[in-house]
Amino acid sequence: MTTLPASTNRKMGLVIDLDTCVGCHACVVSCKGWNTENYGAPLSDQDPYGADPTGTFLNRVHSYEVQPLATSAMPHPAAQLVHFPKSCLHCEDAPCVTVCPTGASYKRVEDGIVLVNETDCIGCGLCAWACPYGAREMDAAEGVMKKCTLCVDRIYNDNLPEEDRVPACVRTCPAGARHFGDLGDPDSDVSRLVADRGGMDLMPEQGTKPVNKYLPPRPRDTLDEVDILAPLLAPVAEEPKGFLGWLDRTLERL
Amino acid sequence: MHPAPSVIAFTTLSGAGFGLLFWLGLGLPDVTGWVAFAFFAVAYALAAGGLMASTFHLGHPERAWKAFSQWRSSWLSREGVASVAALVVMGVYGAGLVLFDTRLALLGGAGAALALATVFTTSMIYAQLRSVPRWQTPLTPALFLALSLAGGALLAGQITTAMALLLVAGLLQGMWWKRGDGAFAASGTDMATATGLGGIGQVRAFAPPHTGGNYLLREFVFVVGRKHAAKLRIIALALGFALPLVLLALPFSHAAAALAALSHLAGIAVSRWLFFAEAEHVVGLYYGAR
Ligand code: SF4
Ligand code: SF4
Ligand code: SF4
Repeated sequence: MTTLPASTNRKMGLVIDLDTCVGCHACVVSCKGWNTENYGAPLSDQDPYGADPTGTFLNRVHSYEVQPLATSAMPHPAAQLVHFPKSCLHCEDAPCVTVCPTGASYKRVEDGIVLVNETDCIGCGLCAWACPYGAREMDAAEGVMKKCTLCVDRIYNDNLPEEDRVPACVRTCPAGARHFGDLGDPDSDVSRLVADRGGMDLMPEQGTKPVNKYLPPRPRDTLDEVDILAPLLAPVAEEPKGFLGWLDRTLERL
Repeated sequence: MHPAPSVIAFTTLSGAGFGLLFWLGLGLPDVTGWVAFAFFAVAYALAAGGLMASTFHLGHPERAWKAFSQWRSSWLSREGVASVAALVVMGVYGAGLVLFDTRLALLGGAGAALALATVFTTSMIYAQLRSVPRWQTPLTPALFLALSLAGGALLAGQITTAMALLLVAGLLQGMWWKRGDGAFAASGTDMATATGLGGIGQVRAFAPPHTGGNYLLREFVFVVGRKHAAKLRIIALALGFALPLVLLALPFSHAAAALAALSHLAGIAVSRWLFFAEAEHVVGLYYGAR
């Protein structure tokens, strides 16, 4: 049924820390690896070793350059590079769900995860049109819509060791930039992280009410220039003197 | 948005086809027998042909029947239900006219309403999308309905009605373009809100996620040919509205009327190409594009 549930028992989702993400793309690789081998159709690649490779990904990392405005205190502020992982935000008011004509797209009442039932999907693509974030991709080989499942086949999977019962991207991130938990519970670790760090919604004006939150990068440190090696590295003699000076000048003239 | 030929063909042809069914349902022209058969054949070829074309772009056409199930929430599902209902009701009504020379006026009226409802549901598939600001306006259903009624009247040979409706539709087309050109800026969605980084400073896309293309870029970030938009708009206006109006104003001849209809359909196809090619999806912002 593609009407949205009035409320969900929990709001499972991700908190992505733009301050710590180093842009290594490890989450992209682990997401593709896990999800191509497990739930649903594999994530195909087209022309993977050729001149024009493309493929289906549920998680992609963009990089942005942010140029702060100049102020009198900071006339030449340095631009900041921000790495920006993006996967489905499991929106509370998910427009991708309500547009689906077949009922293939749905939002779960128990945990708020937005999923696609691939055996019902006709591959019309309308849900990807409706998602403002580009979180859904049609698989070119399978003709069905693929999206982040919040690793639903890991997080409740009793066959995995307990520390692995988190999304593959969260488990793999070497910088600890992705956090997983219940954002509906104000006392959960992720909710407290969001409160402490001023977690934000992407495109709030689109009215999707994303569950996933992004933690903004902290302001850049402004260190006083303390360069302990500087005195040792200063050139000892600018101009050679004496015999060397004469040689230098003579050779210069030749 | 990527202007898929199948979707352009579908919305253009079926729009005119359902428009023709609307007028036939009202008994305009009041035809029976073989003449009615000819009119209905044209209408069904356009309406049903367009519907078939639209299933070509599905990943799994064999499951298309499942799309009838979600009419409570989905405009695409409603379109499926409305179109089949319209075709069935108008089929019975048409059989009455063709085979029994009887006009079941009530049934025709219902069929006409369903035909219009189909066009409305089609337009709402686009008008509902907040992610495409150019489309999200009540002007979109207004334009689709006006074009369908005008095209239908042209095909139904309702000369004066067609002329009036062509003027209205042309006007709506102009208004739709004018509003659309400022819609993205007015939507409030930009790089700053997309990334949430606007509070720090000016945001610029530095590196895309992959060096190659992807589904999102192919489907939503279609920028090829936008530079010809101004010329294509003039072509669409000339073929779709001006030329048919001139041809209809001439003393009536079947050749002129046929030419007017063809020219109108060609113009609408150009306008539909622009409808997609010019529509900027907000996801383009993540790629520093529109
Ligand atoms: S991010 Fe996109 S795909 Fe995911 S729930 Fe929100 S609208 Fe749907
Ligand atoms: S592509 Fe599949 S999941 Fe998406 S709207 Fe169409 S049928 Fe539903
Ligand atoms: S939660 Fe799972 S499916 Fe979603 S982005 Fe992370 S690894 Fe991919």
